[in-house]
Amino acid sequence: MTKGPALLLPVLYLALFFAYLFGPLAIMAITAFNSAGFPRVSPWECLTFGWFGKLAQDTRLLEGIGNSLIIGVGVVLIAVPIGLAAALTLSQVGPRLRASLYTVFIAPILVPGVVIGLSTLIFWDRLGAMIGADYDTLFYDGIFLTIAGQVTFIAAYSMLVFLSRISRFDPTLTEAALDMGATPTQAFVKVLLPFMAPAIASAAVLAFLASMENYNTTVFTVVAESTFTTVLASKVRYGLDPSISAVAVIIVAFTLIAATVFEMGKRRQTRAASGLLALDRPVLRLIAHPLFVAGLMAALVGGVVWTGANHDSSVCEMQVLDDKRAVQERLEQERRERIEALTPAPSAPSAPTQSAPGGAFAPGSLAPGGSAPSPAPSPAPAPAPSAPGGAFVPGALAPGGAFAPGGLAPSGSVDN
Amino acid sequence: MTKDITLDYVSVQFGDYVAVDGAHLTIQGGEFFSFLGPSGCGKTTLLRCISGFQEPTAGQIRIGGKDMRGIGPNKRPTALIFQNLALFPLMSVADNIAFPLEVRGVDRKTRRRRADELLELIALSGQGDKRISELSGGQKQRVAIARALAVEPDILLLDEPLSALDLKLRQHMRRELRAIQKQVGLTFIYITHDQGEALTMSDRVAVMSRGRIEQVGDARAVYDQPRTAFVASFVGENNALTGRVLGRENGLSTLDLGLPAPVRVATASGPGAKLAPGAECMAFVRPEALRPCAPDAPNAFPATVIREEFEGAQRHLVLETPGPGPAAGPAAGPAAPRELRMTLVNDDRDAAFGPGAAISVGFAPDMACALPPGELASA
Repeated sequence: MTKGPALLLPVLYLALFFAYLFGPLAIMAITAFNSAGFPRVSPWECLTFGWFGKLAQDTRLLEGIGNSLIIGVGVVLIAVPIGLAAALTLSQVGPRLRASLYTVFIAPILVPGVVIGLSTLIFWDRLGAMIGADYDTLFYDGIFLTIAGQVTFIAAYSMLVFLSRISRFDPTLTEAALDMGATPTQAFVKVLLPFMAPAIASAAVLAFLASMENYNTTVFTVVAESTFTTVLASKVRYGLDPSISAVAVIIVAFTLIAATVFEMGKRRQTRAASGLLALDRPVLRLIAHPLFVAGLMAALVGGVVWTGANHDSSVCEMQVLDDKRAVQERLEQERRERIEALTPAPSAPSAPTQSAPGGAFAPGSLAPGGSAPSPAPSPAPAPAPSAPGGAFVPGALAPGGAFAPGGLAPSGSVDN
Repeated sequence: MTKDITLDYVSVQFGDYVAVDGAHLTIQGGEFFSFLGPSGCGKTTLLRCISGFQEPTAGQIRIGGKDMRGIGPNKRPTALIFQNLALFPLMSVADNIAFPLEVRGVDRKTRRRRADELLELIALSGQGDKRISELSGGQKQRVAIARALAVEPDILLLDEPLSALDLKLRQHMRRELRAIQKQVGLTFIYITHDQGEALTMSDRVAVMSRGRIEQVGDARAVYDQPRTAFVASFVGENNALTGRVLGRENGLSTLDLGLPAPVRVATASGPGAKLAPGAECMAFVRPEALRPCAPDAPNAFPATVIREEFEGAQRHLVLETPGPGPAAGPAAGPAAPRELRMTLVNDDRDAAFGPGAAISVGFAPDMACALPPGELASA
């Protein structure tokens, strides 16, 4: 009996933990398929793939993504070699120089991105001004400046990745290579570089992602251009629609697929290394092959895209539109009724009091009243400007306002 | 093709620390030469000087008469087998062995053929496609040797390559290394702190202590005729007794070692011959040289058995006898007890010597040696 609660608590905790982690993602993913004009889950209107289509036509966003890709590749190509060089330097100098160099190399991570962005902008501007460069030169080119600015701190990230790998490198391997007659370059290319290859791959991925999602620095250095993040930010400022959720769904799907295929590949490698692969059944081996998994995923995505392209939500959307129209009409109708209820009985002094507390706020009842902003129950004196006027006849208010039990009592009888 | 290596007063200094102090010797081509010494004695530094990873601060290294100063490790006719072997973990066995050929631009076919030849030499035929991690310790060892041989060096340098192996494998690899050396006829320079390895494999041994070469000689000379107290105490087990020289005649010195009677030790040659009467000295008697004997036999003295260590073929008896130990020196007085070790062949004849037995032991004069006092190897 004591086992139940003891097990329940961790499970509950885990559930909460994952809900906290992935809840927002899940909700966001759902909003990408809701036809409602603002990203939301409820009220659910129609299943639609239209936001993906809208995304494909958003040239500003596409251009931003294109720029981000160019910048990302540029950052990877520059930051990774710099990071590798820094890590190699640190692994070869004495402990005292190492400590101070490390501080210098790591400093860009500690400096706020805004400062890096601003200083990059100013630095290249001054440099360009000194040379007398035009505004269409490299010194004022948003993409170049963004690469330059991002490299300063992303190189430090990749250095950290390389440092942890290089600390596990046995320097006698390099010595052995030299002793076997290799030149220092050969020793580097044939021994150290293959050892660093996994770190190079992960540093490249990390650098690319850091570049893609960077905003603080980019917003300054990008000048007249735009990147994925700056376009998104301006969208947030000037009005969102669920195509942003569609972007997110694409990114999440891509990440999940890449991670799954990579993981399958890694498992296969470890199994091959320990000689277990040969023991697997052929079917299992096929299913677990990363290429097979990749193919499966591609087929899945293709299926979803095909379904999306052929899914016609217009009927449903029309239905929703009709529903909305119906609701609107009903409201209109009510309003009209209310007005009609008001107009034939202007002589009955007590009748309008019924509409005063609630009716005054209904859009319908406001329409004819123009901009009547004054709250109905205000005990304001006689010259109230409100059009339905009758309700505010001084006489009616006099006994104690519309809310006085006495004032309400007769209204009931009118209703009937 | 064999080249002599000459170390001409080679010294290496790291700051104030002298790692190698005036090493001066010549290693003949085709020799199996060992540097033997405790860790920190400078033997690895000396090896790194020969292989080119370290420049001597003073002195000259010549290989085949050519000064090696300024010549990098990749241009010397040496190949080093590292203590941790330093096999490339990301390459296959054959790629490891063929690496020296690869960096010399040898084509793939020739590389593969040469790797197969070397695999055959080390009795690992057909295992070229294995990964390094799939090999056992002894196999890795042999791959490292094959890789070094692929360099076609004049000199193979080995830095304690057997220290990571277990005892059985180590003994097996000793024989194998010696066999390979005989087969390929290269100069082997072997670094070890294991005297068993040094004595069994080497043509000659250099014993090192604190950066200095204490003695160079073949295994027998180093074991039987040590020239310093350090060599006597480091190579093999030895009982050190301090005392004073009383007199010398016919190559025999009479020593007062604090025992009830003076003993006679052979000092026909070596540093012992230079000990004048009255000089302080150290006498060294090997445990296997000590024998139970009659109380009136020459060089006999009384002792008490403290304990026995049984080791199958041999029995080690720890004896106590009055007199100054090696650490205490003569000042400690004759009454201080000291421990001696005696090794007996395990037969029934001496079974009676249990702990507590008072016996009489002695040694032949030519089975001991007298040397000037000096630093002893720490146990």
